[in-house]
Amino acid sequence: MAKITFDGIEIEVPDGTTILNAARQIGGNIVPPAMCYYTPIKGTGGKCRACLVKVAAGSAKDPRPMPKLVPSCITTVQDGMVVENTVNQQVMDVRKGIVEMLLINHPLDCPVCDQAGECDLQNFAFEHGVATTRYEEERRTFEKIDIGPYIQLHMTRCILCYRCVYTADQLTERRVHGVLGRGDAAEIGTYIDNIIDQDFSGNVIDVCPVGALTDKTFRFKQRVWFTKPVNAHRNCENPKCSGNVVLWYKGKDVLRVTARKDEYGEVKEWICNTCRFEKKETSDWTIEGPSHIQRTSVISANHYELPVMNPQVIADLPESSVRDLENNPPLKLGR
Amino acid sequence: MGRKLLTEHINVPGIDTFEVYRKHGGYRSVEKALKTMTPDEVVEEVKKSGLRGRGGAGFPTGMKWSFLAKPEGVPRHLVCNADESEPGTFKDRHLMSKLPHLLIEGMITSSYALGANTSYIYIRGELLYVLRILEKAIAEAYANGFLGKNILGSGYDLDLHVHPGGGAYICGEETALLESLEGKRGNPRNKPPFPAVQGLYARPTVVNNVESIAAVVPIVNDGGEEYAKLGVGKSTGTKLISACGHLNKPGIYEIELGVPVEEFIYSDEYCGGIWKGRDLKAVVAGGSSVPILPKELILKTAAGENRLMTYESLSDGGFVTGTMLGSGGFIAMDETTCIVRNTWSFSRFYHHESCGQCSPCREGTGWLEKVLHRLEHGHGHMHDIDLLVSVAKQIEGNTICPLGEAAAWPVAAAVRHFRHEFEWHVTNPAEATRPGAYYSSKAAVAV
Repeated sequence: MAKITFDGIEIEVPDGTTILNAARQIGGNIVPPAMCYYTPIKGTGGKCRACLVKVAAGSAKDPRPMPKLVPSCITTVQDGMVVENTVNQQVMDVRKGIVEMLLINHPLDCPVCDQAGECDLQNFAFEHGVATTRYEEERRTFEKIDIGPYIQLHMTRCILCYRCVYTADQLTERRVHGVLGRGDAAEIGTYIDNIIDQDFSGNVIDVCPVGALTDKTFRFKQRVWFTKPVNAHRNCENPKCSGNVVLWYKGKDVLRVTARKDEYGEVKEWICNTCRFEKKETSDWTIEGPSHIQRTSVISANHYELPVMNPQVIADLPESSVRDLENNPPLKLGR
Repeated sequence: MGRKLLTEHINVPGIDTFEVYRKHGGYRSVEKALKTMTPDEVVEEVKKSGLRGRGGAGFPTGMKWSFLAKPEGVPRHLVCNADESEPGTFKDRHLMSKLPHLLIEGMITSSYALGANTSYIYIRGELLYVLRILEKAIAEAYANGFLGKNILGSGYDLDLHVHPGGGAYICGEETALLESLEGKRGNPRNKPPFPAVQGLYARPTVVNNVESIAAVVPIVNDGGEEYAKLGVGKSTGTKLISACGHLNKPGIYEIELGVPVEEFIYSDEYCGGIWKGRDLKAVVAGGSSVPILPKELILKTAAGENRLMTYESLSDGGFVTGTMLGSGGFIAMDETTCIVRNTWSFSRFYHHESCGQCSPCREGTGWLEKVLHRLEHGHGHMHDIDLLVSVAKQIEGNTICPLGEAAAWPVAAAVRHFRHEFEWHVTNPAEATRPGAYYSSKAAVAV
């Protein structure tokens, strides 16, 4: 076991735990954001640099601070480590810079993007970004490629987190897509026109932190915050498929089926493409009940306006909401 | 001219063949190491020599070797980094094409010291002709019993392979090199684990520059202490400097570390001064990634001392008034050079060569290049100059590998020392964009 101090909070975690997972055990607003790290998928992490933290003391044995900020998602804890995240101004400044870097070539087409409302980049930018841009150049674009009937690829929205590549590597029989090119011309592609259609390939949609990979069967059907998530399961014929899903309802219709995500957007039980794309009738499923959605999420709000700590807005709110806001300030956007 | 340890026989005809190389004392270090020394003794000699990595970072080679993990039953590897592609650096290419056996000799001695039985030379893909020279030399070494099983009857086996890269600058970063050597996409790895613990095929690996490995030969031949007598302070031995730019005699010079920069530029023994009788404007002392310095600061440190060609002296003053020895790519620029254009050119290189794995470098290098392109072509604003500094700062230190820093440093340094040139481009776009235009302190000149 290793005892670490994260933002002044002490926690004891097993050796080999990463700083990020230790912070997640504490929970709350101090958890660093993660755009590329995905616990269930091996090899992810260290690329987006959103989770950089300051290690003020390396360990009890060697209490020197680490010279550079370290990616908390892949740095393992040492006994006696002191980590600074939200309390360190340098970390906050760097994070602001990372948001800026991720957004300069992002199309910011949230109004027409299916991911809006459950997008990691949107949440990240909302929390740490600034309202204006210093980028005057043309944003980069890519030639559109078609990767099959189920998955829509929007390369312009991609932040090259590599999650989908690792996911396809570890879940499907043979991966047909990867990262081609280098630098800011790097793109997700299949090189020779190919469709991504293996048994578990639909999971790349769930792991994508942005709207680069979206569900074609749900495309432009509905904004996510107008849909109602309901937990359900079925006995899937595929032995590797868990069959535990979330059905996204609008009225009586199942518009979309996704795997269940935890509060950090991570899927713990994968589902097969049949469950995801073919079973869109309520009669296919055994309903368990409404999914838990964080109260700060736009999905639970059922509309996209969030209560913000703006004096004018608060003055206009009914008294009961004001009290609620004071007790539970909406600092963090969740799912 | 000082003593030459590596390039003494470089101009002997036929030195690239085994016979001639052997006649000039070649492969003595292999005989000496394998027959009279234990591997640890060789490491000890290298430590004593104070040899510092010649690839750019200047990390002590002996110390790097002693960090190598040695678990039982796990093979270890030595990899030679011959992926030299930094703009301004071209020393390894020359050394390998003229003296292939020197590198092979160094590889054998070093591999013996590290206990590696399979070693690799990862060579830049564009240097195909050098690859052929090396392969021919390796075949000769095999034929003469210096490679293969039971070398010189010592019981030590070594296989040496040459592997060409695909032509990516990023594969010169040691972990990207290892990925590429494993047959994967050349993306740098996150560290730790360091290659000394988990390198090639997850085995303990040492990655060294060509020149560092070649320098092991004179160290073993003459002893580490003898080697340490050359040079100044912690910068021991000799260094190959590839001098280019507006010099009378550009080329590759083996210098004893400690030669004053002024002497290196102006003496007839070395570069012979600035061409066409012009004045020196700036120098990039160690390959395009190190900070550029104006004439006043490259010849004398901020404290007024003579700057020497050593690791310490060049980095005197940190990045505010100093630079780095780096890989020894010495680029001199005369007074007619446009610093904005030059910075843009460097920046374009890093934009093209970023691997695109981590976000600050992928997006930031492109941003820097585009802003510099705008400034150079007369579409810049005053606030763009501060923007460059700010973007460079956002990249620096936040990336997986040092390419981010390599892209950020030259831009930040150019603005730091030549801000007036950037401002001139903003305020006088018509003059500044005329072909061949450059800024001079007397008056802006358009040629």
